Amino acid sequence: MTPTFYEVMRQQGITRRSFLKFCSLTAASLGLGAGGATKIAHALETKPRVPVVWLHGLECTCCTESFIRSAHPLASDLVLSMLSLDYDDTIMAAAGHQAEAALEDTITRYKGKYILAVEGNPPLGDDGVFCIPGGRPFVDKLRRVAKDAAAVVAWGSCASWGCVQAARPNPTKATPIHQVIDNPVVKVPGCPPIAEVMTGVVTYIVTFGRLPELDRQGRPKMFYSQRIHDKCYRRPHFDAGQFVEAWDDRGAREGYCLYKMGCKGPTTYNACSTVRWNEGVSFPIGSGHGCIGCSEDGFWDKGSFYDRLTNIKEFGIEANADRVGATVAIVAGAAVAAHAAVTAIKRARSAKSNEKVEK
Amino acid sequence: MATEMTGREPVYVWEAPVRLWHWVMALAMVVLAVTGYFIASPLPSTPGEASDNYLLGYIRFAHFAAAYVFTIFLLVRIYWVFAGNKFAREIFAVPRSMLKPSWWGGLIDQGLYYAFLKKEARSYQGHNPLAQAAMFFMYLLGSLFMIVTGFALYGEGTGMGSWQYKLFSSWVIPLFGQSQDVHTWHHLGMWYLILFTIIHVYIVVREDISSRETVISTMVNGWRVPKP
Ligand code: HEM
Ligand code: SF4
Repeated sequence: MTPTFYEVMRQQGITRRSFLKFCSLTAASLGLGAGGATKIAHALETKPRVPVVWLHGLECTCCTESFIRSAHPLASDLVLSMLSLDYDDTIMAAAGHQAEAALEDTITRYKGKYILAVEGNPPLGDDGVFCIPGGRPFVDKLRRVAKDAAAVVAWGSCASWGCVQAARPNPTKATPIHQVIDNPVVKVPGCPPIAEVMTGVVTYIVTFGRLPELDRQGRPKMFYSQRIHDKCYRRPHFDAGQFVEAWDDRGAREGYCLYKMGCKGPTTYNACSTVRWNEGVSFPIGSGHGCIGCSEDGFWDKGSFYDRLTNIKEFGIEANADRVGATVAIVAGAAVAAHAAVTAIKRARSAKSNEKVEK
Repeated sequence: MATEMTGREPVYVWEAPVRLWHWVMALAMVVLAVTGYFIASPLPSTPGEASDNYLLGYIRFAHFAAAYVFTIFLLVRIYWVFAGNKFAREIFAVPRSMLKPSWWGGLIDQGLYYAFLKKEARSYQGHNPLAQAAMFFMYLLGSLFMIVTGFALYGEGTGMGSWQYKLFSSWVIPLFGQSQDVHTWHHLGMWYLILFTIIHVYIVVREDISSRETVISTMVNGWRVPKP
C-alpha cells in the first residue's frame, strides 16, 4: 500500500500542528475560503501519496532555487520531501545510473498516476544535441515520461513559453513543452515563478486530484488572473499622474509610479504585487525598478525593459509605434501639400486658358 | 454601389442621423486620439500628494467614455444601414460592390483623376468608389480594429469575470501574443486613423473647392447641391 501524504509527512518528522498550519496557509493562498484548510487536511490524510517526477531541460535552475525558498519553510520542506522521494535530478540524493533507475521505477510503478513537473524546455535544433541528460536528447526523455503522466506542470517561462533560450534568433530551437507533448499542461510562468505559487499549484493538484482552473493560455487563474498593475501599491501615483522620470529624481525617492521607466506591470499577469518575494519582503517595483514582464510570453523579444512604448520588430526596423506613426503622418502631410500645390497650379492654368477661349 | 449625379437637381444624400453620427464620431475620435496619446506618453508629473491628484485617471476616464460613445454610435450606424436611405449603405457595401466591374471602372477613373491623368472626374451623389474603398478599408475596418483591441485592453482592467474580458480580452490577447503587443497595435491603429483623417480632410476640402457639387455643407445640411 502506498502511504498517504500525511503518513509521509509524519515520517519526515513533521508535527501534526505544523501539518495543519501548512494546510491553512495553502488554503489561504489558493483562495479556498473558510472550509478549505479542512478539505486539504482531509485529502492529505486519506489519499495515497501522488509521486512527482521533476525533469530539468534547458534551464538555469532558477525555478528550483525559487521553490526551495518558499516563504513558509514548512511548505518547501514538505513538498520538497515528497518530491525528492521520486525523481528530481537536481536535488535528489541519487545520481547517475541510480537516479535513472529511480525514474524508471517511478514511471512504471505509478503508470498513469504520477505528476510530471518540467523545468526548462527541449531544444529541438540539430536533433536535440544541445541538451543531453542521461545520454539521450531531453525531448525523448520528456516525451517518454509525459506519456503516462496524470498531469503535467510547466515550471517557469522556459517550459511555458521558451524564455531566454528561445529569444530571437533561438539558435537551439528551444521549444515550450506543450508543443512537443500531447498532455494538457498547467503553465506556471515567471523567471522564476513565485515559490508560494509553485507549492500552491502542486498542493492543489495532489489534494484535489485535478488541475486548477486555467485561463485560455493554460495558467492557473488563482494566481494569474490579474496584472501586477491591478494590485500595485504605486497605482495611486499612476492614477494621479505622478511618475519617476529619471532614476535619480525626486519622484524616484518619493516612490512614484515607474510607468515612464518602462514598467511592464500593466501588461503582466502574475501575483508579485500581492504574494511578493522572499517571504513576502518585497518585489521588483517595491525596490524601485519596473516590472520586466518575465512571466509573459516572449518577454525577451518585446524591446527594452526601460521603454514604455516598445520597439516593433515586425517592420524590420527598430522604432516604436509613435515613430512609425509620426513618419507615416509626415509623409502623408507632405504628399497632401504637394498634391494641393499641383492642383492649384493646374486650376490656375485651366482658368487662364478658359479666359483665352472666352476672349 | 455608387450613384452618379444625373441632372443639375440637388439630391438629399445624408439624412440627419448620418450627419449627427458623423460629427459625434469625429469628435470622439479626436478625444480618443488625444487622450490615447497621453495614456501612452503621460504629461509631466503633478506635484503633491497622490490622493489630491487624479490626472491620468481623468485622462483614462475620458478615453473610456469617448470609447463607449464611439462604439455605441458605430453600432447605431450599423442599424442605420438597414433603416436609412441607399447612401447610408454605401461604405458598408464595399465588399459587395467589389464584385461589379463598373465599380472598379469608377475606382480606376477616380484614381487617374487624382493622379492628374484625367481632367474631369465623374460626379457622384454619395461617395465615389475610391472614397467608398477608403471609408471601408481605412475608416470602418480601422475603427472596428480599435474597438476590438480597445475593449480587449479594457477587459484586462475590469477582470476575468467581466463581459469585456469574455467577449474581447480572452481571445484577442492570445491572438496577438501578449498584452504589450495589443497595446502596440492599438497604438499603431491610432496612426492608421490619423492617416485616414489627413487624407479625408484634404480630399473633402479639395473637392469642395474644385468639384461641381457641394461637399462640406452636405455633411451639415444633407443636400448635395450642384454649384452654379
Ligand atoms: C479612434 C479610436 C481610438 C484611438 C485613436 C485610441 C488610442 C489609444 C492609444 C494611443 C492608447 C495608448 C496605447 C499604448 O499603450 O501605447 C490607447 C490605450 C487604450 N485604449 Fe484606446 N483608442 C481608441 C479606441 C478605444 C476604444 C474603442 C476602447 C474601448 C474601451 C479603447 C480602450 C483603451 C484602453 C483600455 C487603453 C489602455 C489604457 C491603459 O493602458 O491604461 N480605446 N488608446
Ligand atoms: S509601478 Fe508599474 S505596476 Fe505599479 S502602478 Fe506604476 S506602471 Fe503599474
